[in-house]
Amino acid sequence: MKHHGIVEKNLPLMIVLIVIAISWGGLAEIVPLFFLKETTQPIEGLKPLSAVELEGRDIYIREGCHVCHTQMIRPFRAETERYGHYSLAGEHVYEHPFLWGSKRTGPDLARVGARYSDDWHRAHLFNPRDVVPQSNMPSFPWLFEQKVDGRDTPKKMTALRYVGVPYTDEQIESAKDTADGVREIDALVLYLQQLGTVLTNKR
Amino acid sequence: MTELTTFWHLWVSAIVIGSMIACGILLTLTLKGQKYNEETDQTTGHSFDGIDELDNPMPKWWLWFFWSTIIFGVLYIGVYGIGGWTGFSDWSSHGQWEREMAKAEEKYQPYYDKLNTMSVEELATDKDALATGQRLFASNCAVCHGSTATGALGFPNLTDSDWLYGGSSDAIKQTITNGRTGIMPVGGLGGEKTASERSDIAAHVLSLSGRVGAGDAAKGKALFASSCAACHGGDGKGNQLMGAPNLTDNIWLYGGSEKQIEFTIQHGRGGVMPAWNEILGEDKIHVLSGYVYSLSQNQ
Repeated sequence: MKHHGIVEKNLPLMIVLIVIAISWGGLAEIVPLFFLKETTQPIEGLKPLSAVELEGRDIYIREGCHVCHTQMIRPFRAETERYGHYSLAGEHVYEHPFLWGSKRTGPDLARVGARYSDDWHRAHLFNPRDVVPQSNMPSFPWLFEQKVDGRDTPKKMTALRYVGVPYTDEQIESAKDTADGVREIDALVLYLQQLGTVLTNKR
Repeated sequence: MTELTTFWHLWVSAIVIGSMIACGILLTLTLKGQKYNEETDQTTGHSFDGIDELDNPMPKWWLWFFWSTIIFGVLYIGVYGIGGWTGFSDWSSHGQWEREMAKAEEKYQPYYDKLNTMSVEELATDKDALATGQRLFASNCAVCHGSTATGALGFPNLTDSDWLYGGSSDAIKQTITNGRTGIMPVGGLGGEKTASERSDIAAHVLSLSGRVGAGDAAKGKALFASSCAACHGGDGKGNQLMGAPNLTDNIWLYGGSEKQIEFTIQHGRGGVMPAWNEILGEDKIHVLSGYVYSLSQNQ
């Protein structure tokens, strides 16, 4: 107890010591994962999202879908029976940020891709109660009127490339033209329909 | 499954065990020179505004709690392991899942094996199989076809005897297993139709189920023969090989009003039934086929 006065009276020193104390656990829990192939390598067949899918993902984020829907199937039988194979780290290496979520007001969406038809998704997003009478999900009718603005799509892809998503120059160059003017609903449905489809062994 | 290298195992072990030892040492050092049987009137020498900071020993319950967290840490490592060692319980999240799955298979597989010896037609009259099928339907199919299987606009009613791809047990099973993709092109064969052409075709289609439209049904009949009959048949009775609906029974997947029929001709339709073989597996699809088959048998 003799020397704690030094720390108490010396604020910069206290800040440094606090940062060290808080980071300490991370040295054991987080740092080794940077060197684990299972968490850094994409699973076989994983491709970066196309320009339109990427815009769909941004609409997913904008509308707050991740607030009520997780994209993380845990390795429990109850979950794998309902949603399919549990999520693997390698499926998410191109995602910045992750959309794993933490709360399930609605079902998990990690493998919703190809599970329902495009028509169903459109009907459901326009008014969920049209197809699921007891649903408490909000309606998103404006997605059917608004169009994707493709001006920022190449910039988004360039930014993602900086953090390791392997977009080619061609993909980035053509991104503006492919994404511009697509109805938001179509971009979102395209994004939803590819979710979790890379892992073909779903059982 | 890839593994961490030995270096990182040692790294993690050193930090964890080192921290635990360091916490113990810190606690022991802090206690040094403090008496535990009485409260002291010593101060730390820190005084502000006439208030002194006392240097009392830490409460015993708190100390014991601190030591118990360190002991808990040792036990935890013993059970779950550290570094490359998986501990005495040999636990992993993947292993736990596999045990759960194996237990469930042991419990349910004999039941599915029993149902697998029955034909779809037999399942449709078996009380247990129907109860299982109903559950499967409610969790997987009701989202589109409705909890009563009566469908919705664009999603077929499964309780009537009108089938797009056939209502035999084999056809139903095939539909669930591999899915179906319906294609009604814009304007049928030969591409887009003008507004009056659409109106004429709609008038002819309406006449097939005994109704009258605003267009010229005679002109529509000729257009129907060239643009629609390839799939729907010359008499409009449909073709289950292509999933082309019967247009004469007054059962409409996308609505049967004149407007809706014209809309369908103008924009085309593409009904998709997703494939379920990878999601449900053969056993469950077999039971489900029995349930779906039973839905249209009571009429």
